[in-house]
Amino acid sequence: MTIAPPVVRTAPPSASSAGGSGSVSWMAWPALLSFTLFGLVPLVGVLVLSFTSWSGQTEEIPFTGLDSWRSVLTDPGLPHALWVTFLIMAVSWLVQTPISILLGVFLAAQHRYRAVLAVLYFIPLLLSQAAISITYKALLDPNFGLGAGLGLEFLQQDWLGNGTLALGVVVFVVSWQFIPFHSLIYQGGVRQIPASMYEAAQIDGAGKIRQFFSITLPQLKYTIITSSTLMVVGSLTFFDLIWVLTAGGPGDATRALAVDMYQRGFRSNLMGPASAIAVILVLCGLALALGLRRLGGRDQADSQMEGA
Amino acid sequence: MKRRNFLTLTAGTAAGAALAACGSSGPSDPGKAGAGEASYWFLSGPPGEKPRTGAVERFNAANPNGKVKITTFQNDAYKDKLKTAMGAGQGPSIIWGWGGGGLKQYVDAGQVEDLTDFFAQNAAVKDRLFPASFGPATIDGKIYAMPSETVQPIILLYNKEVFEKTGLKPPTSWNEIMALVPQLNAKGVAPFSLGGQSRWTNMMWLELLFDRIGGTEVFNTIYEGKDPKAWSNPAAIDALTKTQDLVKANGFVKGFSSITADSNADQALLYRGKAAMMLHGSWSYGIIQAEGGNFIKDGKLGYMNFPAVEGGKGNPDDTYGNAGQFLSISSKATAEQKDIAKNFFKSLFDETEQKDWIGTGGVPIVKDAESKLSASPDADFLKFIYDVSSKAKNFGQSWDQALSPTAAEALLSNIAKLFTLDVTPQQFADNMNAVIGK
Repeated sequence: MTIAPPVVRTAPPSASSAGGSGSVSWMAWPALLSFTLFGLVPLVGVLVLSFTSWSGQTEEIPFTGLDSWRSVLTDPGLPHALWVTFLIMAVSWLVQTPISILLGVFLAAQHRYRAVLAVLYFIPLLLSQAAISITYKALLDPNFGLGAGLGLEFLQQDWLGNGTLALGVVVFVVSWQFIPFHSLIYQGGVRQIPASMYEAAQIDGAGKIRQFFSITLPQLKYTIITSSTLMVVGSLTFFDLIWVLTAGGPGDATRALAVDMYQRGFRSNLMGPASAIAVILVLCGLALALGLRRLGGRDQADSQMEGA
Repeated sequence: MKRRNFLTLTAGTAAGAALAACGSSGPSDPGKAGAGEASYWFLSGPPGEKPRTGAVERFNAANPNGKVKITTFQNDAYKDKLKTAMGAGQGPSIIWGWGGGGLKQYVDAGQVEDLTDFFAQNAAVKDRLFPASFGPATIDGKIYAMPSETVQPIILLYNKEVFEKTGLKPPTSWNEIMALVPQLNAKGVAPFSLGGQSRWTNMMWLELLFDRIGGTEVFNTIYEGKDPKAWSNPAAIDALTKTQDLVKANGFVKGFSSITADSNADQALLYRGKAAMMLHGSWSYGIIQAEGGNFIKDGKLGYMNFPAVEGGKGNPDDTYGNAGQFLSISSKATAEQKDIAKNFFKSLFDETEQKDWIGTGGVPIVKDAESKLSASPDADFLKFIYDVSSKAKNFGQSWDQALSPTAAEALLSNIAKLFTLDVTPQQFADNMNAVIGK
């Protein structure tokens, strides 16, 4: 696809605004400014704080070199928190991706009833995470929840009081909320695939399932990478949901990095170690985002629409 | 497009990171007082908001030239807001708090006024109050806060109806508790209700077991922070083991570690008869009265001080809990604001305020309140609380308030693991020894 150039050119471009990039670069300024102000500046602040032992209560901030880093890196809580974070990330990716792709493909077709369903599926995304967590917490209450109310034996588990189950609940609630969003991305992705490819496949005698695996999935490669990046990096910052549902418990079974950071910073008044964890979070997020970009980014020159 | 996505993602992560860094002041402060006004922040909601607001209103009416300006917050929001505001030097003139380790951090940072002289000059203000209430207000022999409001000991509440129906008797000792557990479970009633996700609820069990088994000096040694092995005291290990024995015997309601105290689900289990007993603060009475229908009116609520442990060294009259609330004066306040605050302290506990507190089911920490208790419809309970509080040789402060926030968080997190049986008593003691004095 190409965009046709303007047919009539009234004046030759002046020297100062030569080239398309010169005239549009200002459009990046608002975003860049807010990113610097609300992204980079706090980031530098956190980095500086990680070399202090500030309690958060005093006006003077005592610099103590690597003490905070040493205490965080030697704490057995850190590998545990990293493991919990990784587990939530991996399992929620595994749950969300296939369901989102299937729902996205289903919703991409142009039928009125599917459009209605699409709107219904979208509802969980409109709710606040805290509200969702409070609701699920009430529903899963072992004594006053859904299971006890309906007398259903299999629902009467100690959902949030058993480490493995609690982790499962966190993944479930995350998926419940974000599958609609990722379905939407896949819906858009599927609609971009040219119909001519399916027509050609049909002529060659490929069935629906063969078409899905040979055309839809490969064509969705970049959509999968985008959606996975959002899922993986987003899961690093799950805080409100876990905090309200389990507060990191039972024990420390759901104490992910973000929860660990909050507890150190705002409960233990150890801003130094909390900042060190924040830096680790940022580094993990950057590494993952870059890694996922690499996955699909090497051959950017290639057309996304091979064969189209 | 991709680039932008990437930038947004990075910004998102950084924003998460910024959570840890936000200590700076926000836009103009809602609680900031003008000239001739002292600002005062406290907790909103029942039961305390009405008596607190009433005291300020009467003070302001009597002192039109030096008023107190109030801003109210919810519990957790208040703790975070106060912490960040104090760090940025934007705190209120009058700081409402819990005393103990939290107050000590402010004292160490030079952020609160030394009130020792104020109390020396105004002996009448000091002598009216329960002597025990000055414990958490005193740091290194100096008084840094005005004790106020009500005394809230931890008590053992029970459902009389459950005991009548099952033909069992409320326990009078630890062995009787352990004997009751299988009997109650066999009748399909949970022995104890517990909001375990809140963690401080579990801590109350340890406070009383430590005290009954080893006496007050076990925790006092920990509190002083000089003995690096203080948590390994045999009495402490015994108390921790007994706690886990109770957990293992299914002494607590199923799913206790996912119940929060904030939702009052633990109270509901007691008054709905799903659990027979509950160890909780005396404020439970007000909650059950508000939410439990006719439970109290029908005389179904029983209460007692925590029973003795066989062979224990502790005095069974001792108790734990909140000896009051604590009002400090910010050292950042102007001389005028400090004077207003001190005048406000002198005006506290007038007749109306005492009645307001008694109306909420609380016992004000003034000695002259006793005579007013019998007029209340809750006279029996109030007299019980008054007796528990005034008879106690030692009124221990909640551990998480007494210790520094760093040690308190370590304590709560280890207590959660103790109750889920993720750590042994020995591991618990080792983990806690590591944060002694921190």
